Amino acid sequence: MRIATFICSAAAALVIAGAAFAADGNTITIGMTVSQTGPLNVDSVAQMRGVEMWRDEVNAAGGIKAGDKRYMVRLVSYDDQSQGGRVQQLYTRLIVEDKANFLFGPYSSGLTGTAAVISEQYGKIMMVVGGAEPKTYELGNKYLFQVITSADHYLTGAIDALHSKNPHARVAFVYSDDPFSKAVVLAARGEAKESGFDIVLDESYPPSTTDFSPIINKIISAKADALLGGGHYPDGATLARQLYDQKADLKWATILVAPGDQEFASLGQAALGITVPSQWEPQAVYKPDFGLTGAEFSKAFQAKFDLSADYHSASGYTGGAILQHAIEKAGSIEPEKVAAALNGMDVTTFFGRVKFATDAKHHGLQIAHEMVLAQWQTKGGKLQREIVWPLAAKTADLLYPLH
Amino acid sequence: MLLQRPCAWLIALAIAAFALTPLIGDDVELRESLLLAAVYITLASNLNIMLGYCGYINFGSIVFFGLGGYICVYLTSERAWPLVAAALGAGIAVSFLALLFGLGILRLRGPFFALATIGVNEAVQAFVANFEPWGGSSGVYISTELFQPLGGPGRALWVIYFLLVAVMGLSLYLSYAIKCSKFGLGLLAIGQNEDAAAVLGVPTPLFKAIAYCLSAFLPAVAGGLYFFKAAFIQPSDAFDLGLSTEAIVIVMLGGQGTITGPALGAYLYEEMRGWLLTSDTFSNFQLVIAGALLLIIVLFAPGGLMGWIHERWPRLRRVLE
Amino acid sequence: MLGFAASVIDGVLVGAVYGLAAMGITLIWGVMDVVNLTHGAMIVAGMFGLYLLTTALGIPVYAALLPIFAIGFFAGVFLYWIAVHRVIGRPPLMSLLSTFSVNLVLIGLGTALWGTRLFNVAVSLPGLSWGRYTFPGTHILAAILTAALAASLYFFLYSTRIGKAIRAVANNREAAELVGIPTTRVLSLSFGLGAALASASGMLIGTLFPFTVLSGDTYQLKSFIVTALGGLGSPTGALMGGIALGLIEGTVTPFVPVSWTLVIEFVLFVLVLIAFPSGIFARRRT
Repeated sequence: MRIATFICSAAAALVIAGAAFAADGNTITIGMTVSQTGPLNVDSVAQMRGVEMWRDEVNAAGGIKAGDKRYMVRLVSYDDQSQGGRVQQLYTRLIVEDKANFLFGPYSSGLTGTAAVISEQYGKIMMVVGGAEPKTYELGNKYLFQVITSADHYLTGAIDALHSKNPHARVAFVYSDDPFSKAVVLAARGEAKESGFDIVLDESYPPSTTDFSPIINKIISAKADALLGGGHYPDGATLARQLYDQKADLKWATILVAPGDQEFASLGQAALGITVPSQWEPQAVYKPDFGLTGAEFSKAFQAKFDLSADYHSASGYTGGAILQHAIEKAGSIEPEKVAAALNGMDVTTFFGRVKFATDAKHHGLQIAHEMVLAQWQTKGGKLQREIVWPLAAKTADLLYPLH
Repeated sequence: MLLQRPCAWLIALAIAAFALTPLIGDDVELRESLLLAAVYITLASNLNIMLGYCGYINFGSIVFFGLGGYICVYLTSERAWPLVAAALGAGIAVSFLALLFGLGILRLRGPFFALATIGVNEAVQAFVANFEPWGGSSGVYISTELFQPLGGPGRALWVIYFLLVAVMGLSLYLSYAIKCSKFGLGLLAIGQNEDAAAVLGVPTPLFKAIAYCLSAFLPAVAGGLYFFKAAFIQPSDAFDLGLSTEAIVIVMLGGQGTITGPALGAYLYEEMRGWLLTSDTFSNFQLVIAGALLLIIVLFAPGGLMGWIHERWPRLRRVLE
Repeated sequence: MLGFAASVIDGVLVGAVYGLAAMGITLIWGVMDVVNLTHGAMIVAGMFGLYLLTTALGIPVYAALLPIFAIGFFAGVFLYWIAVHRVIGRPPLMSLLSTFSVNLVLIGLGTALWGTRLFNVAVSLPGLSWGRYTFPGTHILAAILTAALAASLYFFLYSTRIGKAIRAVANNREAAELVGIPTTRVLSLSFGLGAALASASGMLIGTLFPFTVLSGDTYQLKSFIVTALGGLGSPTGALMGGIALGLIEGTVTPFVPVSWTLVIEFVLFVLVLIAFPSGIFARRRT
């Protein structure tokens, strides 16, 4: 009897082990770093959640279909602590030790730039879901693919919207001294001048600034009507709060990134009227060629994480969805074939339209996706974001002036 | 001469080990972690010249590394200099700058000097962050084309590794040569009691200036090579005070004033750090452990690991200097 | 013109708080020739103390000042016995390194506990408006409290027995020992007092700006710049130095891009150190 039990359990063990072994053979590993700690933490973790949601969905459906094989997705991530120095070490480790087949970029343009060096050095495809700066794509790459709109288009909508309300506004550019914000303002400056605005202040502040009173005093002295700028979450939120405390009395304020997070609601009255350029909002209605609709994504995300989805999570998820689509079309997981599929892609998902530049000077730059402008307004006593621009996509009227 | 002493051969052995082991089986992982160890050893050995010999704490020693990186990146990308020339050029330029800074701050004693070195590092970092021709706070990217003269990115990583190992070796030999020379004797005297040394005829301002200058050269070259490899440099990475801190911990841990001390300390520290980097629970504990180690050493074993070894086995003193 | 004046006044208000922070360093240096590099950690402790007391225990914001001062004091005494006592007689290199290492441990623990995210204590006080400019009420109250603390410190040092004992030890430790002052106890007390001042200033800074575990380093550096300006060893000098730094920040920022202020501060720091190693306002020490 005992021998029989032993043989049965051994056989069972072998079958299970065999199944596990077979599953191991058909896995693709995706590597990325997340800023679990550090100033970029809020948005980076949101981005990661989107990627995780995609991974769980794909694996629940049996994996990615490439040719006649199905591959389960294994995600390996490390904490880059929002520091460039760690990013390079960690991506090298992901490629060399963890044998990642594909990479996702970290959050923020600065970190993406450093990671891109490694992915190019080792010839791995990297889906960029959190880095908007265009300079990264001008250095000659073959395997970078940017899913989100690039930085030079961030403030276009805000400038057009402002122009519709006040064609001769006095504009102050006050922005964080980091690659992303600088790239945004570089493009926006030209557009502001062309729109006929008067640029009365144009200054950057160190990203770690917590005392904005000197610069707010300058904004007041310059008699500015509108503020365009900010950086990432910590400084953007602090700037908004101190603008309110110091009664800067601006008629218009567009701050990058920070107001796009749900956490921004914690500022209360200070958040009211602030506009933010957004890669995606839950109310956006694009008709997808494949995959979930915007409403389905928001609902599923809320159900999974008990948090509302923002554009960082949406971009993370979309990076995965686009990569999956490319692998399926290429029928293989070989970098060259997948890259070719990505280069030829022109699709619309719930996130919007996605198409990559393929010329050598800009390879990988996102050329089809568009941004919307959202504004914090009160609806039924609750603070929430509404889409106010472009007019074709709006869910509420633009509030101008702020108060 | 130098070659007759066993320590010189130990250094040669270490260099050979660093150079040859990753070649076995084309082990890129090993190469990457040895590269970091080599950088730490370079920084620590050169810091030792000021800290271990002269007794002057340079909290901002990383400024040489960062400036070397920026100058090398500038020379290779804007002026199209070949890598080795650019790195050496960076080294010379930074040594010259060190001489200038040194003239100002070396007349300060003890804690004032330490604080001034922090000030210098922060001032340089804040300046570079505002200096647009060097990319300001966004930093500078090097186009991957610059790796072509070295045989493409893959080969270039190996070439740069060997160059860094060479720099590490030179650092160890430099600190050894200084220790064996009359100049070194003068520095040690300054470290013991600066006023007495001056009275006895040691030209203290000159010697301190030369030491400071020398301690800047190789870290600058290493910085040039390191940031060229990273193909990206920005102020917050280049002038990271945390790295200076770690160098100090390494020198004290290994044994200030010795040759093998900083090398051993750097190697051990790098291994620990690498492990902590990817451990989920502990990745933030790196500085806690570094701090605790340093405290224990300062309070109970100021001679560090080597000091302890020398006391236990006095005969090893002639071999492991 | 109004803008310039507003900037200067605001600078002075905030500078006073920096001066308070620097008083902690200056006291310890004056009494025991130790440069306290745990200063930054103590400032952060004050900030987090404020956060914990107000959010977890619901204590009104400014009522947290005294408890934080007290906790800072005890923490300082504790740190003295751990890190400083053994290295008092030894070369200054050692005390620098020992306080430095404790700072690493404390900040490291803080990072492990709270990460590096930004914390904010919401304080809303009516500000004073002057034309189109507003001086936040928080800045004004912080400056007033600083003045009160500084005055108390002065009173303590010059009119109480213990205060006089501290000044005696600062003046000449051996002589103080000879006249029967328990110097070790005085040293630990002074260290505690220095840490308490650091924590108090941290708490006040916490009412002004958001902070992270790593903010301590920035304010520690500012404290050193202030002591360089005001002189190591003199509490009044520290306060003057703080106000001077605030003045510099206030006068420079209207004319120069904000990002250059840091460069100017650090260059000034190095230059002042070189020209006046004991600080501009320092009395000559015999």
